[in-house]
Amino acid sequence: MLKTDVVVIGAGAVGCAVARELSKYEVDVIVVDKNEDVGGDASKSNSAIIHTGYDAAPGTLESQLVVAANPMYDELVKDLEVPFARIGAILPAITDEQFEKLPAIKEKAFKNHVYDVEYKTREELLAMEPNLNPEVKGGLWIPRESIIDPFILVQAYAENAYANGVRFLLSTKVTGITTEGGKVKTVQTTGEEIETKYIINCAGLYCDDIAEMVGKAEYKVVARKGQFFILDKNTSCQVDHIVLPIPTKITKGKLMCPTIHGNMLVGPTAEDQDSKLDKSTTAEGLASITADVRNLIPNVNVRDTITQYSGLRPNRNPEGLNFDIWDDLEGYVNLSGVRSTGLTLSLAMGTYVVQQLLARGAGWKLKENFISKRKGIVKFSECTREEQDALVKENPLYGNVICRCETVTEAEILDAIHRPLGARSVDAVKRRVRAGMGRCQGGFCGPKVIEILARELGCEPTDINKNNAGSYMVTGSTR
Amino acid sequence: MYNVKCDVAIIGGGPAGLAAAIAAKEEGAEKVLILERDNALGGILQQCIHPGFGLTRFKEELTGPEYYGRFVDKAKEVGVDYMLDTMVLEVNHETNEVICTSSRYGLTQVQAKSIVLAMGCREKTRASIMVPGTRPAGLYTAGSAQRLVNRQNIMVGKKVVILGSGDIGMIMARRMTLEGAKVVMVVELMDYLAGLTRNRVQCLDDFGIPLKLAHTITRIEGNERVTGVWVAPVDEKKQPIAEKAELVECDTVLFSVGLMPENELTRKAGIAINPITNGPAVNQYMQTSAPSVFACGNVVHVNDLVDNVSEESSRAGKYAARYAMGKLAGEQKTVTCVTGRNVRYLCPQTVDANEEGGKVSLYFRVLQPELGVKLIARCGDEVIASTKEFRVNPGEMCHVNVATEKLTGDTVTVEVIKED
Repeated sequence: MLKTDVVVIGAGAVGCAVARELSKYEVDVIVVDKNEDVGGDASKSNSAIIHTGYDAAPGTLESQLVVAANPMYDELVKDLEVPFARIGAILPAITDEQFEKLPAIKEKAFKNHVYDVEYKTREELLAMEPNLNPEVKGGLWIPRESIIDPFILVQAYAENAYANGVRFLLSTKVTGITTEGGKVKTVQTTGEEIETKYIINCAGLYCDDIAEMVGKAEYKVVARKGQFFILDKNTSCQVDHIVLPIPTKITKGKLMCPTIHGNMLVGPTAEDQDSKLDKSTTAEGLASITADVRNLIPNVNVRDTITQYSGLRPNRNPEGLNFDIWDDLEGYVNLSGVRSTGLTLSLAMGTYVVQQLLARGAGWKLKENFISKRKGIVKFSECTREEQDALVKENPLYGNVICRCETVTEAEILDAIHRPLGARSVDAVKRRVRAGMGRCQGGFCGPKVIEILARELGCEPTDINKNNAGSYMVTGSTR
Repeated sequence: MYNVKCDVAIIGGGPAGLAAAIAAKEEGAEKVLILERDNALGGILQQCIHPGFGLTRFKEELTGPEYYGRFVDKAKEVGVDYMLDTMVLEVNHETNEVICTSSRYGLTQVQAKSIVLAMGCREKTRASIMVPGTRPAGLYTAGSAQRLVNRQNIMVGKKVVILGSGDIGMIMARRMTLEGAKVVMVVELMDYLAGLTRNRVQCLDDFGIPLKLAHTITRIEGNERVTGVWVAPVDEKKQPIAEKAELVECDTVLFSVGLMPENELTRKAGIAINPITNGPAVNQYMQTSAPSVFACGNVVHVNDLVDNVSEESSRAGKYAARYAMGKLAGEQKTVTCVTGRNVRYLCPQTVDANEEGGKVSLYFRVLQPELGVKLIARCGDEVIASTKEFRVNPGEMCHVNVATEKLTGDTVTVEVIKED
């Protein structure tokens, strides 16, 4: 039996942000996640945008948290070394009908306390984005919409929380929760049982299953699939800003934007489905992305796709972001309806949850020795020639380039494996240093990464997984 | 930063780089330096342990290692220098500087007089042909599986479906079978073979592996490891007929769906790329749009046979050496090669008609398979070269030889015409 003050269920963006915020206080925290790596499910397959909240439903908790979170990133990304850029979004009106919707969108932004949304003329927009549909009539400019590396954001939260004493139990699934006298008592897992005073349910897609364990399933998670394409860094038709469609009544629509690493991203679809496991892409979904994005950027070249993926947003029925606590179940916090804005609002959610619990008498004291900074993995490819030379002289493994598409060296891969909460799988390496994230998709470096992982972890290549248990990469040796 | 000087710097020590280096040395270049990212020379041939190489060049059948071994021996004999475990980061064609990195020397600046690009190619992936479905473990390009099996002695799976009838795919079908795996089928989108006919006979037919022409994989199943693929026939427009799709169980899918010249350095250097071949545009000297930079092998266009790579690379090496020695300085008269009927691309893309007594092979691929044809080259209406072929198909490269003295005007058109 393990003992702690707080169990956070889920090591996605929200779970890790909450854990990091808790780690500023004198309180013992354990994060439990079924996956082999931090990073969650929805948190690692989304559009990687830090929103402003201009289009949230005014007055909701979602609006409040997204609007509050956006400005917090400037400092966070410096402290935790997370790749981030405030590139801004444009919302071009292609038809007259869309043009007439612009004032309402601007008014909604105002109601959400987003005051910096501005009109741009057709000429201004075409100057900003030469590849925009030339039919454009005018549109809106939302300067603080930003892009981030979503993998590193969550890793950084987690690593920083870990540095401040938070324990992580990965590849560990929560199987039950026991209560006693209207209070939470233990969390049962596929590993050890954990005695705790608080449980914070940040389980995203599975938050209703957890709520069910304490009899508080007042909603159902509805997985909303979003399919995306990632295009080659060399694709002929690029954009410099996030280019968003004017939303319709049914959907927010499909966007095109650069990723923080210089690829182009197009998508997503929005398809409600029963399965929480089905993350497949479909021919229809990919065709609809192509068709819709061409309305905004007619020359987008999806032939230059280097990968396709889909994520499941943990939407809920009834809809809406919810923070729930119950008088008859002391110590239990339930977060639900964290959907496409979840990555953005994670940062504010950390503060929100902790303040809510403090207000209810949690009585945690601030730590005097909180470590506020986290060092990222040095990226060889982003260094100057002089810095690169110095790196190799100091550690010759910086001279061994493993991933040729993204110029990732062996030293970076070893850092990814050996740092706290380090990579144990091929995908975990990829999400930390981008080996295999380029145009050959691991064709050249994949075999080497398997070899390095096996060597460093002291196991056989057959023990190396792509991600979770069962996703073995190879089957044995040759005859 | 470490500094090295040479006459000809060659990027890549595979069959192209080796042949270019030897030729450069033999032409008289004093210091020829190969920069190779792998820990040994030989390139992809190191993992090609099957026979079938050298029939044209050596008139005997060699394995990949035997083939490149001859070039390595020769390179050492003529005194070619090389740096292994060395990754080139940047090529500057104005200063003829190459920046590379290695554990041993750190960042290194190579000052050359001419440069040969010989980086080879990479495989297209599942994503580049947009196969929908899940993203489980067990999906490999045929070449990465080949590396694991042949160089690392690691088996990638037990029950295999191969998409694409390219040569590597068919060779891996045989290899996986010999290593005890069950190859369920090879699936090919087109209604004809993508690779060489001899590979179909020796790798599929001889092992009873079914080949499904005009079929494709429409969806991948499995969350952790691949559990199966949906295979469907396609109509004339190559669109899958969904209602005829069948689930084929497997734990591994190998993709052999084409190769792409690897030209990241070339692009960054600002050298002109041909949009069809995805390689640098070259003339008969294998000279790119940057006069001091030459290119050869699969970085220029994907070849079927390494013998062809060696031949064109020898040319690149020879002229790179001449350039370095100031012997390729004469004024050029550029004739543009134009694709005519049933010709997808041509290589070289231009010819210097001023080359005295020049005999130039214009290599090309057809768009469609055809029987009973003539391959012709013409300047205006005047046919300057013509050969008969019983059969042409996109998987096997064709060529027509022209003499530079016969080139009149600004263009030469190559086309495939039906023989009457």
